[in-house]
This record gives sequence, structure tokens and C-alpha cells, in this order.
Amino acid sequence: MEQPEQDVVTQTVSTHLPKLETTVRATSQTPGTAIFEVKNVSIYYGAFKAVTDVSLPIYENEVTAFIGSSGSGKSTVLRAFNRMNDLVQGARVDGEMTYRGADLYGKDVSATAVRRRIGMVFQKPNPFPKSIYDNVAYGPRINGIRNKARLDEIVEKSLRRAALWDEVKNRLKQSGLALSGGQAQRLCIARTIAVEPDVVLMDEPASALDPIATLAVEDLIRELKQNYTIVIVTHNMQQATRISDRTAFFSVLTDSKNDTRTGVLVEHGPTQQIFEDPRDSRTQAYVTGRMG
Amino acid sequence: MSATVQTGPATPAGPVSGLWPRRPLGDRAFQLLALLSGLLVLVILVLIAVTMSQQSTQWFTTAGWSGVFSADWDPTNNKFGAMSFVYGTAVVSVIAIAVAYPLSMGVSLLLNEVVPRRWAQPIVYVIDLLAVVPSVVWGLWGFAVFIPWLQTTIYPHVASAVNHIWILGNLFGPLNGNYVSGASFFTGGLVLAFMIVPIVTSLSREVMATVPGADKEGAYALGATRWEMIRGVVWPHSQTGIVGATLLGLGRAMGETIVVALVMGSSPTITSHLFTPGYAMPGVIANQFGEATVGEFRAALIGMGVLLFALTIVVNLTARAVVERNARRIRGSA
Repeated sequence: MEQPEQDVVTQTVSTHLPKLETTVRATSQTPGTAIFEVKNVSIYYGAFKAVTDVSLPIYENEVTAFIGSSGSGKSTVLRAFNRMNDLVQGARVDGEMTYRGADLYGKDVSATAVRRRIGMVFQKPNPFPKSIYDNVAYGPRINGIRNKARLDEIVEKSLRRAALWDEVKNRLKQSGLALSGGQAQRLCIARTIAVEPDVVLMDEPASALDPIATLAVEDLIRELKQNYTIVIVTHNMQQATRISDRTAFFSVLTDSKNDTRTGVLVEHGPTQQIFEDPRDSRTQAYVTGRMG
Repeated sequence: MSATVQTGPATPAGPVSGLWPRRPLGDRAFQLLALLSGLLVLVILVLIAVTMSQQSTQWFTTAGWSGVFSADWDPTNNKFGAMSFVYGTAVVSVIAIAVAYPLSMGVSLLLNEVVPRRWAQPIVYVIDLLAVVPSVVWGLWGFAVFIPWLQTTIYPHVASAVNHIWILGNLFGPLNGNYVSGASFFTGGLVLAFMIVPIVTSLSREVMATVPGADKEGAYALGATRWEMIRGVVWPHSQTGIVGATLLGLGRAMGETIVVALVMGSSPTITSHLFTPGYAMPGVIANQFGEATVGEFRAALIGMGVLLFALTIVVNLTARAVVERNARRIRGSA
């Protein structure tokens, strides 16, 4: 128990120093291929229009951060990418959302098939009440992998990629619920990447963690970028500058006449530009801390 | 510490007052009431065990262990072996659980995970209504409606179909070539199952409803189908509570009297053939206690009550142990 914590600390120190350097790191101005295309998407929960008219591309092997105040619809849009909103009664998506050219909400598209390619990590670590091993092996198993040796290999690889292997390799049979918050979140990330997704969506993955665990998760996100496309919702603007290549800023649009509110996408672009040279005054107000 | 208190400007020197008021009367009265009620429960339990054991000692001393656990029940010849009743109780309870468990799980999952909330509520009402049907009504229905139907329409066909199949033939085949009875072990088990389904369902449903939505989303986000989500998340989460619910149902099934007195055929028999009449411990107590005015007969029936009492306690303790162990395993080492 003591040993692994030490590990996290040393990791933290090493990331803490070059933080400034990562903040001003130049983002590649020529993006790769767009993996998602969102065009004029509005999302409803029953009669409530949660987001209005969002259009943006998400590029492959990049980290895209969604920032904005509460109620601006950033999580709603995130959850539309892997059709998690389908689970909410009365949720409806208008407009076009394509994933690698295919319509995500097309007639014969199966939400489960979508989610096997587009994984998700949640705000609160949600390990299943099973052993650490079974948590990671859950996804591969529902994908039909039964071979023990193959599962062992996947579990080890995923836990290594999630920077958790050294801390848990001797207690894989222990319950995932016995882990600390930061470890549990990394277990959830390991569980997500164990199914070899194409995209990993993260909904404020570090907001329930302490600063040290947060930095460990951020390190991990930078690592994962090599193999995955990541879209992350965050309330923490420092975090967005630390880890993302691109940022999309969402805001709440209030219609005082009808007393309705809806989320809108104000601006999106390379992270550096959004934070240093925003085009929209609302973005500027938000990133400089004068609003929201 | 005391120095700072005394030098405080508002506090006069000398002992502080008002820190030890008499507790209000209501407080003390309530504490006494709670204590007495708690003790009363214990006292009643102990008294039942002691007086029942006392009144049945004649049976245990006269018949001895071999007599008590023989299968020979013949009051006219002073043979009071309880084994066939113990067997009957065990068999009907097992049948009741085997039928009620999957049924209850199915209904609970249906209500929690499949049916939209506004349609689930009416179904819940109906199930809860089943729970308040008096057991004598279940017994009469079983006797007057269910038994004749099973005897003519169901059992003979099942029996002839499985007659020569290994094991199945022994369980559901006809006895002595062609004998099946509507009033039987199996009917008793079925009616008991119907009786305990509401309580098991209602408890399991509540347990399953406590599964965190975040965990379900976690499974769905990995591409799980509804069934895969249930197996991976709802199941391990609610296992402990479901075991508890089921064992509570088992406890009820074992102790339920009027149904087994009416629908089992009241014949103390030990046989693997479930479509033949049997007898359970509560049944024989209810049916024969009126005639058992004196002596060993009376002691034997009361002793049967003691055995039943002990049996339910064992089941309950086992249940607790299982639940504890599962909970510990799922929580982790802590």
C-alpha cells in the first residue's frame, strides 16, 4: 500500500516542473483527419433544449477539451458521441453527427456497437463490485474473449497503459472498490481501453480526485493521446491548457423573454489560440476568469 | 483549560452552572420504553424455546434420537418418528425456492430495468396485492382449483413424458406404474412459491434499485447490452441482498402452515416422486394437534414445533453468514 503511493508522488514531481512548458506548447496548426463531424446538432431532453446548433470537428489523435460553465451543455454533447444520451428517457438528437463518415444516429446503427468503439470515463470513478482483474476483463469478455491467457495479456497491457499495473499487480483478485479514488479512476481508464476503443470520452475525469491523483490522470491522458482520440470535459481551465490540443468553449444562452436557457458552442480552435487570443468576448471573459 | 474558562470576562469565578440539567422526562421515558421492548422480545423468544422444549421432553426421552428421526409415524401404535415430516418440509421448501427465485428475479429485473417507470408502478401494486392474500385463501384455492387441474391436465402428461428418463423419471415419473396425485409435494411447493414470490420480488427489487446509476452507465459505456450490464453490474451489486431476500422467503415457506396442511395430501411418506402426497411439519401439527390431547402424541407434535423452530434459526444464521461473507468479499479487504 505504501509503495505505490510513493510512485505517484515521484510521477507528480516530474510533471509538475515542465507544466509551464506544456502550457505554451505550440499546437500543430494543421489538424489530422476529422474523426467526428458535428453539424448543427441540437439535443433535447423532452421539451428542454439542452444544446442548440453545435457544429465542430474532432480530430484524430488529439485531445479536445470542452470547457464552459455549468449548464452550457458540454457534457450533453460529449455523451452524444457514444450515444449515452439514449439511456435517458426523452433524449433526442437533431442534426448530423458522423463518426469516420458514418452517421452515428443512422437507422441501423447499434448504440452498443458505437460504445464498443467510443469508450467513456466518468466524473466519479465507478469500478464494478468485482475484482480488479474482472473489472478490466469485463469489456473484453462481453466482446467474446474467453481465452485465459489472452485475457491475462489484455488486463496487464491495459493496467500498464493506465499506469496502475505496478500498484495492483500483486492483488488483481482484490475488489476494485478497495482502491483509492485516483487508483479507481485509473482502473476505470484501464477498463475503458481494454476494449481497444478508437476514441475515449472523458467527463470531468479528475474532478473527484485530489491534486496528486489529478496530475497522474493528466499524465496518463497525454500518454494515451498516442493511440487514442480523446475528448474531455473539464471545469478546470488549467487542466485544459495542460493537456489539450484543441478547446471548445460552451456557454449558456438565456432567453429572458421566454425564460429558457440552452447551451451553445461559442468558439473552438487550437487551445493556445482559445486561451491567448480568443475571438469572442465571452470566451475572453471566461478564460480570464471574469465570468463563469 | 479551566484557567482560561475562569478568566473569561463573562464567566464568574466558581463552578459553571447549567452543564448538567436533568434530562427531560420524555427522554427518560422513551429510553425505558425502548429498553423494555428490546428485552421483551428476547424474553419471549427464550420463553417459547424453553416452554416448548419442556413440553416436548417426554417425546425426546421416550423415543430417543433413533425414534425421533425414524420415518415411522403411527400415533395409534405410539410410533412418533418425525423424519418424513422433516423430509416433506425440506422438499417443499426447496421446490418453493427453486420456482420462486427465478420468477422473482425475472419480475424484479423486468420492473427495474426493462419496463418504463410509469408502467412498472401498476405491476408493483398487483404484486403487493398478492402478498396480502391470506394464506388460507391460497390453501383453499390450491385445494379446490389448482389440485384438480394439475391432477387431470398437467401431472399425468408430464409423468408419462419423463417416465423412463434418468433422474427426471425418479422425480416426476408416476409411482408404481401409473400413480400421480394432484395433492403432492410439488403442488405444495408451487403454491408456497406463489405465496413467497411477492415478498422476494419486492425485496430484490428494492435491492436492485440501489445499484448506482454510474455503475450501470460504466457498463453501457463499454458497449454492454442490457443483459450484459445486468450480469456485470446489477448482479454482483445486489447478490448479497438477493440472498437475504431469498432466505427470508425460504423461512416463510418452511413455516407456512395452512397451505401445506391443505394441498400436500397429508401422507407421511419419504419418496423421490414429487407428484405423490407428502406431509410437512407445520401441516401435521395443524391437522393432528386437536386429537393429540395427552401424552407422547402431544409431546411429539410440540417437539416437531421445536425442530421447526431450530431449523428456521439454522437457515437464518446461515443466511446471515452468507450475506456477511459476500459483502466482505465485494467491499474488498476492508
